[in-house]
Amino acid sequence: MGPAPVTRIAISSEGPALGDPVDPRFGRAAGFVVVDLPSGAWSYVDNGGSQALAQGAGIQAAEILARNDVQVLLTGHVGPKAAAALQAAGIRAVEGVEGISVAEALARYQQEAGRA
Amino acid sequence: MIVAVASGKGGTGKTTVTASLASTWGRPVAAVDLDVEEPNLHLFLKPEALREENAFLEVPTLPEPARCTACGACVDLCQFKALSLFGQRLAIFPELCHGCEGCFRVCPTGALVPGQRELGELSCGRTSEGLPWLSGRLRIGEAMSPPLMNQVRARMKALVAEEGVDVLVDAPPGVSCPALAAVQDADVILLVTEPTPFGLHDLKLAREAFKPLGRPMGVVINRAGLGDHGVHDFCRESGLPVVAEIPFSRAVAVHYAQGGVVAQMDEAMRERFTRLGESVRTLAGSRKEAAHA
Repeated sequence: MGPAPVTRIAISSEGPALGDPVDPRFGRAAGFVVVDLPSGAWSYVDNGGSQALAQGAGIQAAEILARNDVQVLLTGHVGPKAAAALQAAGIRAVEGVEGISVAEALARYQQEAGRA
Repeated sequence: MIVAVASGKGGTGKTTVTASLASTWGRPVAAVDLDVEEPNLHLFLKPEALREENAFLEVPTLPEPARCTACGACVDLCQFKALSLFGQRLAIFPELCHGCEGCFRVCPTGALVPGQRELGELSCGRTSEGLPWLSGRLRIGEAMSPPLMNQVRARMKALVAEEGVDVLVDAPPGVSCPALAAVQDADVILLVTEPTPFGLHDLKLAREAFKPLGRPMGVVINRAGLGDHGVHDFCRESGLPVVAEIPFSRAVAVHYAQGGVVAQMDEAMRERFTRLGESVRTLAGSRKEAAHA
């Protein structure tokens, strides 16, 4: 028996719509588009509170994702403390996603996941 | 009496002024370098270090995760995200801890145990003239300087209590937490600046940051003759006394670059800093009078 299938993913986003660009920063991303894969429903979670922190933005962002039951994160880059927090939360981070829209990132992820 | 030599802008001459005052103070005085990110007072005072040791901050550890009930009390208390709860799992980020020790007190099961984060080095020694010298040096990679500064400050207070000396503090530049931590104990604050738009801009910030502390402040203008009249105008308008000016001269720069104490450059400089010392003591006295009034 393999691991439970991924049902909820988050993409760091510069804005609240699927057409907005992926925010390459994780901890200081404007927000996250959280997608429920089985239903295709998505919502936007603001990360403004983390952006304002002097330190620990990545940890707070990881807490936000954990509260939203996210299993996989697509983003540009995750810092060392954020990586430890995501690991503690059991969230897999896929880095290097940038320069494309949230919708494109989602499509690519689904393509790759379908192939695997 | 504790004198903090501070500035908004970096590179204005805090260390030059501190070392020069130390060498002309005329009564027992200790020199304390609280610019722990870049300590350099020793380059001029050339003290012999008598004791060096590592400094640590008490941070939380969780040696037996089974004892943690994931109640979240420590996470709610911590203002710096040093503790975080993911489901039933407590994650600790010791590098974010400010050392308040509150988490140990609120933990109902005693699962959190004090561990150590190395902050850097503490040094103490004496100059060839026998003046006590204290310094801290932040560990490379350590992001917070106030915890180490506080340990140097504790030694400074012990030194004052034991030896009854005055203290000259070489403060870090800027107006954020480290700069404010450095002037906490001061009876008088000297703001070293230069007569340029940059110097003026940061002098304004420094005055604004330190003013709520209610300590007398005086301005030392370094590189006088350079730039414009902005700093003089601002000091006059805001009632900040200009207590000394150090001329912008090649001779001063050469003496400094060779590791010399500028006050010892010639008789005129010695007199200039001796007078500055007197002005500083007068300023500090004005605080005491105000406090008694």
